[in-house]
Order: sequence, then structure tokens, then C-alpha cells
Amino acid sequence: MNIIVCAKDVVDASEMKIDSNTNKPILEGISKKISDIDKNAIEEAIKIKEKHGGKITAITVGTPDSKERIKELLAMGADEGVLIPYPEKYDYHIVSKLLAEAIKKINEYDIIICGEASTDFFSGQIGPKIAGLLNISQITYAFNLNVEKDKIIGERNMGENSVTTESSYPVLVTVTKEINEPRLPSLMEILGAANKPIHEWNADSLLNDTNTKIETIDIKGISMERKNIVFKDNIDDSVTKLVDSLSKDGVLG
Amino acid sequence: MIYMVLVFSDNRNLNIELLSKGSELAKELGEKLTTIIIGKSDEELANEYIAFGAEEVYIAENEIEFFKSEEFSDIIEKIINETNNNYILIGSNKNGKELASRLAGKIDAGCIIDCSNIYFKDKKITAERTVYSGNAISIEQFNSLPAILTVSSKVFDPLKKDEKNKGNIVKKKYDIEKSSSKIINVKEMQSESVNVEDAEIIVSCGRGFKNKEDIKYANELADTLKGKTIGCSRPIAADLKWLSEDHWIGLSGHKVKPKLYIAAGISGQIQHIAGMRDSGIIVAINKDPEALIFKSADYGIVGDLYEVLPKLATALKNKIS
Ligand SMILES: Cc1cc2nc3c(=O)[nH]c(=O)nc-3n(C[C@H](O)[C@H](O)[C@H](O)COP(=O)(O)OP(=O)(O)OC[C@H]3O[C@@H](n4cnc5c(N)ncnc54)[C@H](O)[C@@H]3O)c2cc1C
Repeated sequence: MNIIVCAKDVVDASEMKIDSNTNKPILEGISKKISDIDKNAIEEAIKIKEKHGGKITAITVGTPDSKERIKELLAMGADEGVLIPYPEKYDYHIVSKLLAEAIKKINEYDIIICGEASTDFFSGQIGPKIAGLLNISQITYAFNLNVEKDKIIGERNMGENSVTTESSYPVLVTVTKEINEPRLPSLMEILGAANKPIHEWNADSLLNDTNTKIETIDIKGISMERKNIVFKDNIDDSVTKLVDSLSKDGVLG
Repeated sequence: MIYMVLVFSDNRNLNIELLSKGSELAKELGEKLTTIIIGKSDEELANEYIAFGAEEVYIAENEIEFFKSEEFSDIIEKIINETNNNYILIGSNKNGKELASRLAGKIDAGCIIDCSNIYFKDKKITAERTVYSGNAISIEQFNSLPAILTVSSKVFDPLKKDEKNKGNIVKKKYDIEKSSSKIINVKEMQSESVNVEDAEIIVSCGRGFKNKEDIKYANELADTLKGKTIGCSRPIAADLKWLSEDHWIGLSGHKVKPKLYIAAGISGQIQHIAGMRDSGIIVAINKDPEALIFKSADYGIVGDLYEVLPKLATALKNKIS
């Protein structure tokens, strides 16, 4: 089974602060990580490989330093990494095109796995968009996968319904966070990953047309203003004060 | 070039909401608003869509039993090619999101998922969406057409139904490309039919609860308040399964905006906050004085929820009666 995993290197939104002067999120100095659900994607790929053998390639469209995070994916169990540095201008469209072209270049693949969405923008369009670009079938929002030699069966969380879908290969799968618990690599595995290759492919070498279709014209921070009154006395007093406050705020009726 | 607006959702209510926005955009363009029904020929529904603002309804008649992106995107692509629609609004339920994204790949279009607002700015279609777990709003503009945008339920209000509206119904059969996937089972998710999105008051449970039975303390508190809705953090629904997923609040759960949100035994991670940050008043009950949730709360009580919840229920009962 040859598996390709698309993994995004994102800023950790839990560290994000809003600049009170410009009202913009401060992106500098925030640590980066592989988007959580993409780690579930890698984990699932490793499980499939453990059962069926094969090769796992992890692709990231990212910044030059995303290499550091790709190493984590290699330590977990991916065999090779591919880094495609962001072109000067990019949008969802360019990123999915770059991934689709990189997948075509790898050529031999049975399953492409993506997280259901990345934790920074939570758009979730890249996976099914790649399936559309490659014109292959898709199994989205999988919380359970059963991989057999000539078919894959996914149980999917579609909100009101749980839908079971079967497909032959090649197929694109998106997984939810519930599908598994991503492993933490051991020190030996981290050291071992240093010998695994990370290829760097240029956007220009993959795409002729690098025009974006969407431009982000502004990003506005939303700061959450709250009263932050914390009652720390004995519980009876705290409860009385809380009920009085809620009653004054008029939210009990 | 024709700039028509096309609207599609497999969910009736959501489609009616999209028709409202669609008709506003179509008016601004001086163009027609079209919608699509895929499946059985349902003229009653088509007429209803016309009463809610559609000027043309395509009925793509076929035997498809269950939604499948491969087939639906194929049909919509064919209709787009026939009609030259350039602005495509799709309902952002899970079916709609994967459909819109796949369609964008097939027709080489830009796509924006989960728009919270859509308008023309400098004559270009522009959308707003929440990013970074609710920390920011990103304003994104198409510099190319066709444009595909998805919108969740309750973002736009439907137009008033007007039975006098006139519209055109086009019935057609389309050959569907065979895809190599098939749906082998559809079953309803376990649910308790709660609707946290419409709730006025929510008492929400986190990992601070030690047993499934203890959720009763939250229930007893909720019972003293109008609204009576129980919510929860991800682990309670996804990992422990003490409550069904319709209670789940957060980035990957439901987005809620009650006038009062009481979080008990919830640590306040950003992914939980993303689902409840628009609440009116937020109350946190947590035994850890350093818990993050206090930063996102109006009022907090530092204490053991097993002691606080019963006392709070009694105090509220006395206050309200
Ligand atoms: C991609 C992604 C998506 C996610 N989506 C969501 C989502 O939609 N919704 C969501 O909720 N989470 C989501 N999460 C998970 C989120 O990061 C947190 O892990 C989760 O919200 C924690 O749940 P919790 O607060 O109930 O549990 P914990 O973080 O374990 O917190 C339990 C709290 O209870 C307190 N406590 C313990 N005992 C008591 C007691 N007796 N009395 C009072 N307080 C007590 C503790 O001090 C602690 O603060 C997501 C995570 C990721 C990575």
C-alpha cells in the first residue's frame, strides 16, 4: 500500500494574542506544529502500513523551517517527506493544486490521507478539492477505516448520520480526530528520522499557472472582553454573590 | 459573460436561507437566481423554493438514494456548464462542504468554506470567515470566477414566503459518471435530539465530572433555569461518550450563543472556547484557580463542582421562586 499524507504546519492558535493597537493577530513568535488532525492522518497511515506494508510519503506546503516539523512525521513512521515552500502568493486553490501536482509526480499511490481540516483555518476543503482535481473517489470525515487488499471501507461522521462508504483504489480519505491516538515517537525513532529523506520541490517546477483565485484582504482580531470576576471565598458566599450578579445582569428570567 | 447566482443544499431549510442571500446578490447583479433539486422530482419543493425567492429551479431527476459527492458534484458541474452560473452558494453542512470543495477542484474554481458574511466590495465577491479558533475574522475576496462559497445554517434569515412569486421549473435527466465508491450503510447517529444552538441557557460539562451518573448535577441545575439544555466539552462526547454528539460544543462541535453559559469542570482550551465565545454571560466553575476558563469568563467560582452545583441549584431555585 502506498500512502501519501498531506500535513500542514500551522501556528498554535492557543498561543495567539491580538495586538490592541492594530487589532490584528500577532503571528510572530508563536510556536508552530503539525496541525493536530494531520497527526491522526499520519497515525492512520502508519497503522495501514503495519498491516499491509508499503511506503508513506508526507507532503507539506509550508515555510522553509517546516522541515523541522516534517522530521516529527518521519520520526512517527513516515518514510519520506516532501516540502513545497509556499510561492510568493498563495491561497486554498494554489495549495491544493501544488499538493495534487506533487501527488501526480509521486505517481504511485493507493491512498491519500488528509486531516478533516487544519486547526488554523479549519476550512477542510483541501482534501476533497484534491480528490476533485485528481478525479478520484473520496471518503470524508472517517472515524474508522478498514483497509483490505482491493478495497477500503470507511465509517464517516456526517453529523446527523453515520455513513459507511466503500471504495477501490486510488482513494482520498479525510479523517477526524476521533479515528486514533497519534503516537509519540521514542528518542530512538527521533534520531533514526535524521536519516530519512526530505525532498524539496519548488512550486514553479510543479505549476505553470501560479495565479491565486482568492486574496485575503484583511484579518481582524476578535478580542474577548469579559468581566473576569472570580469568587474564591467559601463556596456558600461565592454562590450567593454569583446568583446576585446573574440576577442583576438579567440572565435568569 | 453571464453572472447568474446558483444555490444548492440537500437540506431544505438551509437552501431557503441561501436563497435569501442569493436573491440579494442576484438583484445587485441584475441577474437570475437558480436553485437545484437532485433526486426525486419534487414539484412541491420546487414551488416552495420559488416562493422563497428562486426564479428557476432545476430538477435533476435520478435514482440516487443517498448523497455522494462524486455524483452530486458531477450533476452540478453539468448544470453550471449549461447555465453559466458564476456565483455558487452551497449549504455548509458536512455533505455541502465536501461537495463544494470537490466541485471547486473539478471546475478549477476558488472556494471559501463557512462564510459568516458575503457581499460585493469593489464589484468583487467578498466573504468573511472565522479563523484561528475564533481569534480572528479573515476577509477574503475572489479575483476570479466562478466563485464557490459555503454557508452554514442560521447565518442568513430566509425571505418571507410569497406564493405569488413566479418561476421556471426545468426537469432534466443527467448521465452520471460512475465512481468507484459506493455507500453501503447509513444509520442515524446516536442523538438525544437536543438543540444547543438554539438554547438560551446552557449548563456544560467537562472532564471535571468523574462519572457518567454525575451529569445529573448539571441536569438538576439546568432544571432550575429556563432553557434546560446540557452541553459538554469534546472528551465527554467523543472519548467517554457520556453524552451524545448533539451536546458537543467547540471548534469541531456546535457553535452556541446562549444568554447564559455555565461551564462546569471545563479547562477552557481554545477549541472549546471557539464554540461558546459569543455567549452572553459566561460562568466558570473549576477547582483549579489557574484554569484557563476563568480568562474567558464573566464570573467564576473556584471550587469543587460536586459542592458548587447543588448549592447553586438551591440558591437559584430560591432566587427565581
Ligand atoms: C483539532 C481539535 C479540535 C477540538 N475540538 C474541540 C471541541 O470542539 N470542543 C471541545 O470541548 N474540545 C475540543 N478539543 C479538545 C480541547 O483541546 C480540550 O482537550 C478539551 O476541551 C478539554 O475538555 P475538558 O475541559 O472537559 O477537560 P480537561 O482539559 O481535562 O479539563 C477538566 C477541568 O476540570 C477541572 N476539574 C476537575 N475536577 C473538578 C471538580 N471536581 N470540580 C471542578 N473542576 C474540576 C480541572 O481543573 C480541569 O480544568 C479539540 C482539540 C483539537 C486538537
